[in-house]
Amino acid sequence: MIERTKPLEGELLRIRDEIHQYAIEFGLDFYPVFFEVCDYDTINILAAQGGFPSRYPHWRFGMDYDQLSKGYAYGLQKIYEMVINTNPCYAYLLNANHLVDQKIVMAHVYGHADFFKNNAWFATTDRNMMSVMANHGTKIRRYMERFGQNRVEEFIDKVLSIENLIDTGMLFETEELKRQRVEREKNALDEIAKSEDERSQALKSFMRTKDRGQKENKVKVEEDSTNQIIDRKINFPRDIMYFLLTHAPLEEWEADILGILRDESYYFLPQRLTKIMNEGWASYWHSHIMTTRALKASEIIDYADHHAGVMAMSRQNINPYKIGIELYRDIEYRWNTGKFGKEYNECDDMVLKSKWNKDLNLGRAKIFDVRKSHNDVSFIDEFFTQDFCERQQLFTYKFNPRTGRNEIESKDFMTIKTKLLDSLSNFGSPVIEVESSNYQNRGELLLKHIHRGVDLDFGYASDTLRNLYSLWKRPVNIVSKQEEQNIVLSFDGKEFKQSK
Amino acid sequence: MDHPIKRDHSRFRKIVKGRVRDNLKKYVSRGEMPSPKGDGTYKIPMPSIDTPRFKFGDKNQGGMGQGQGQEGDPVDGQEGDQPGEGKEVGNQAGNKELEVDLSLEELASILGEELSLPNIEPKGKKAIQSVTNKYTSIGMTGPNSLKHFKRTYKEAMKRQIASGTYDFNDPRIIPHKRDFRYRASDAKVEFENSAVVIYMMDVSGSMGDEQKEIVRTESFWINLWLKSQYKDIEVRYIIHDATAKEVDEETFFKTRESGGTLISSALKLCKEIIEKDYDPSEWNIYPFHFSDGDNWSADDTKLCLEILDNEILPASNVFCYGQVESRYGSGQFYKDLSGKYTEAHEKVILSKIKNKDAILDSIKDFLGKGK
Repeated sequence: MIERTKPLEGELLRIRDEIHQYAIEFGLDFYPVFFEVCDYDTINILAAQGGFPSRYPHWRFGMDYDQLSKGYAYGLQKIYEMVINTNPCYAYLLNANHLVDQKIVMAHVYGHADFFKNNAWFATTDRNMMSVMANHGTKIRRYMERFGQNRVEEFIDKVLSIENLIDTGMLFETEELKRQRVEREKNALDEIAKSEDERSQALKSFMRTKDRGQKENKVKVEEDSTNQIIDRKINFPRDIMYFLLTHAPLEEWEADILGILRDESYYFLPQRLTKIMNEGWASYWHSHIMTTRALKASEIIDYADHHAGVMAMSRQNINPYKIGIELYRDIEYRWNTGKFGKEYNECDDMVLKSKWNKDLNLGRAKIFDVRKSHNDVSFIDEFFTQDFCERQQLFTYKFNPRTGRNEIESKDFMTIKTKLLDSLSNFGSPVIEVESSNYQNRGELLLKHIHRGVDLDFGYASDTLRNLYSLWKRPVNIVSKQEEQNIVLSFDGKEFKQSK
Repeated sequence: MDHPIKRDHSRFRKIVKGRVRDNLKKYVSRGEMPSPKGDGTYKIPMPSIDTPRFKFGDKNQGGMGQGQGQEGDPVDGQEGDQPGEGKEVGNQAGNKELEVDLSLEELASILGEELSLPNIEPKGKKAIQSVTNKYTSIGMTGPNSLKHFKRTYKEAMKRQIASGTYDFNDPRIIPHKRDFRYRASDAKVEFENSAVVIYMMDVSGSMGDEQKEIVRTESFWINLWLKSQYKDIEVRYIIHDATAKEVDEETFFKTRESGGTLISSALKLCKEIIEKDYDPSEWNIYPFHFSDGDNWSADDTKLCLEILDNEILPASNVFCYGQVESRYGSGQFYKDLSGKYTEAHEKVILSKIKNKDAILDSIKDFLGKGK
């Protein structure tokens, strides 16, 4: 990998220094950013691997790489930049970018870097992920050497099936979590140090799996004494990955891989929770830095073209860059003019309202504050106003079977806002909890889908249950609703059952 | 050394091929043919390679968009241009059906592996000239897509230096129209083994739509295999009832004639085509005949056997007869052929195709000898 990316040199280095200075001037606060330049193939590889130069072997990375490469070859998409949430922060620039593109991208990267460092949801992410990921790769490769690539890869396939069954609440660092994190980091570093040793050493697992072993022994003792399966107390019902890690009858290497994938899943979670805020913030800053400082007269057309491309509105999708940047700007404007709070909201003189200006100039401070403490859901919930919704010409659409096309369904503010929030809540995944590990007193796993208006895709749910079964090794069930009716979907290793 | 992701990539391709292989029987018997794309690859829908997760059903969910319009206005149309400074590319579960591209070789190799088909040993010398265009030279004209930037700028620089307009302090090079250079093709002559497939089909009243569908599916896969074996391949189509005529591909599969059946008419025409266009010493010739086995008279069958023996068999690599079972057909022709040509016969392959599920077996009958 080292030879695939190059550090900045020459003109780019000068540009970097310039943009860096502006970023500092505007009060952006970030870990050191290391820029590297690479070709499109390398950036496709990095993107396919979630930004990291080294991951564990898995066909899915190959699939994403396949699609990105085709997208690039056919001119459908192009990745200008990648930035990784680590300390120091790594950012990759495409070597084919124009100089003006590189400027934009660097400014954009500093925005992301600031967001990574300051947003509350990122407080617990492991900033050492570059080496942790590489270490995960080494461990899994060694498991593959020992147990066979197919066997290990098939197990990973199963775990990936439950990758989204994690608890966003775990991102808040409690004392217990902090202790776990410190231990994890220490172990990761130990592992890295040890990885030079003989191979059998590396197969020793993280402390976590040792913990697990002890816990399991305890359970076994109790099982022996009472001769029945205990309905375990479930502390974090939404962290199903953790639940299976501690309670499923897994072999040590399997548990280790499950733990690894869970760590990676939690690592990416904050980014999934703040897509709009993060992209909006970075776009706000590339725009601000470029238009007030870095842009030369000869670059304006290229800049405008690039910026407009990124901000393009689509009739099929919400563009997070666009909604994000516009919301920050709206917040800045409202807090500059004082268009917020009880007095403004309760004013019913429209003329007065539109001329409202208290010259507070709190806007900049406010958006810095917002980027610190919100995620996409609270961001939209708090700042997405009717006025904003109308100005952005947002709408919801639905397929009309009569005309055979998608048609605008509603331009109503509350409908739109509700739909937007629904699509963002729990990072767009259904909320699923462990209800019981001793369902029907037979050691079956019972999950519960907290239904919030949208049904599950039952085809996918069945396949997921099948994978869950192979982890739990006892029948698995999920309670949900289908067309307003309660429904239990079960898989006992042989067949699926649906009961009302 | 290659980046490790190439191994992930080939693993992915392997999984895809495995899926296609697993489903080959289904694709074939359902008559679902991979749709060819312009660049010689085939598109195959692949519904289940996605990792299953608990996710929302998208039934009637619709979506959200931005732009002008009133309630009831259509949403679809031009998609916004989003270069996407993607940071999380591929993390979202796609709900689009994945389509994978397989090249002809890959698809043929799947077919070959599944049916354990031997490679064909071409006969004859490499006598056929095939001309391929290789973009190895430079021309003064051409489309923009073939513009050779480096050469163009070199030309412009030469001109600027020669005309004294090149400024070393401000080394700006502006190409004029006559500086433009384009990649141009050179014709390269190669000698190839070439092959021709001559399909003959009985379209008399007794051949129904289902029978034709079987012939169509079977010939698609046969073509695919032969194409993977020969660089240049020509395909000719003959339909016949009591008389035979040469038609294009579309007519071949669509026509529904009626009337009696004189198989000899098709074989005669086939013989003429071979005589006229394909010198057996240079061409690998594959006549395929499909019918429901009804022939008008024993006399005509006798004539058929004569034509085969004297004209077609000596010229061909192998003559293949596929008998599609139909409610009306007697299947007599198969019996007549098999009476004369035993299974051990070098140049005649006979196969009965009972229904769609039997297509793969029949393909194996035809191509399994590697001729």
